[in-house]
Amino acid sequence: MSTVPATIIRRLLLFDTVIGRGQYLFILKPPPFDYVDPQSVPEALEVLQQCGEDGKPLAGGQSLVPLLNMRLAQPRVLVDLNRIPALAYITARSLDGSPGVAIGSMTRHRAVEKAGAVLDGFPLLREAIGWVGHPQIRNRGSVGGSIAHADPSAELPLVFLALDGVATVRSASVERTVPASEFFLYTFTPSLEPDELLTEIWLPLAGRRTGQAFVEIARRHGDFALVAAAASLTLDSAGVVSEARVAIGGAAPLPVRIHAAEDMLRGERAGLDRFREAARLVRETVEPSADVHADAEYRREVAGVLALRALTTAFERVPNENAEVTR
Amino acid sequence: MTDTRRTVRLTVNGEDVEQEVPVRLLLSDFLRATLGLTGTHVGCEHGVCGCCTVLLDGEPVRSCLLFAVQTAGHEIKTVEGLAPSGGPLHPLQSAFREEHALQCGFCTPGFLMTLVPFMQDHPDPTDTEIREALSGNLCRCTGYQNIVAAVRRAAQTTQQPEEAAP
Repeated sequence: MSTVPATIIRRLLLFDTVIGRGQYLFILKPPPFDYVDPQSVPEALEVLQQCGEDGKPLAGGQSLVPLLNMRLAQPRVLVDLNRIPALAYITARSLDGSPGVAIGSMTRHRAVEKAGAVLDGFPLLREAIGWVGHPQIRNRGSVGGSIAHADPSAELPLVFLALDGVATVRSASVERTVPASEFFLYTFTPSLEPDELLTEIWLPLAGRRTGQAFVEIARRHGDFALVAAAASLTLDSAGVVSEARVAIGGAAPLPVRIHAAEDMLRGERAGLDRFREAARLVRETVEPSADVHADAEYRREVAGVLALRALTTAFERVPNENAEVTR
Repeated sequence: MTDTRRTVRLTVNGEDVEQEVPVRLLLSDFLRATLGLTGTHVGCEHGVCGCCTVLLDGEPVRSCLLFAVQTAGHEIKTVEGLAPSGGPLHPLQSAFREEHALQCGFCTPGFLMTLVPFMQDHPDPTDTEIREALSGNLCRCTGYQNIVAAVRRAAQTTQQPEEAAP
């Protein structure tokens, strides 16, 4: 140690340098916290209840650990959910008579990517998952963690919102369900109390004669979207839109449904002119902000372009031999 | 019930390791500082650059986004585990050397640990697949062309023996 200049030692001490048994010198980046890794959901809920405001659930850690490393988050107790196998599953399940799929909150992105027939009929989720991060991120990142993080640019919150998913939220005393439209309160702020855990999300099966598409623009494949668009179109036998979903990420403080565009499309014959009108309504509705990656006007323009692409692609994917864009 | 230090038992490059660690010690710092396995590099330390990629139960993960305690009971493989010391290089390492796929070499361990499992899943990858697989690793010497070439070469050299077999 005598060979290390005092100035360097002082600098290291700022970062909680620990000298371990005189052999190792290492720097602990995250702030101090207590750690607990419950093995079951009831155990986790009990811990969260005891911790109150001091507890923070750790899911895949792909967003929380960077925040810890930069000391932007300083939870008193970290409740690691990674030792709860009961939270990782993908199961076909009906909700109030509607067919769909239930996904445990600790299901890794990679497991969704690799899931077989159980995710047939969920093309929007399938397409979006490939846009989430990089292989290293998808191996750890979890479905519930991504949705509970409520990042306006993230893919899964957008899918959850576009499909009108339902979240199951549990505390030690209460279980409640929250529709996607009420789940996101503000940027990084989900409808979750400190003692609550998002345990499951449910997504509806795409109906017959339905086409879906997910598109995004990012600087580099795997980065957060500058803007992302999700669309779902259901047509009747005459080619009239019976159900339309248009949702945009990265262009407002939260992922947003463009209800004006959906209402305009519903009951109309699908076609390029209608989709262009929808894109115009998207541009009018979004409230993008500027950052180092893109300015607000660029995001507004791209939101319209991506909505048009998503709608056109969704329409082309409607299983119907007569489906062709009316030009 | 809660801890600030814990003793962890795990396997690193095939060897059992038992060590008491602070719970907030990152896996990357555990490997480098505690175990002395400095082949794993740390660049950004917040999950962007990919330099610290290691295999957790055979799958690539960023070791700067994991705590050492989380790997208890699991198997970690680092770049040191690719080729025995003094022994022949891993085919992918040889291909990196042949194709000049490293310049300063700082990002190389992360690229290797990302690509080894990728090539097991994709023995004959397309260029698009290769570039997508590399998207989570940054090379600030910008030597991506040669890295793609190295993957192509490694795919050829590992496939040839099978093709030549009668």
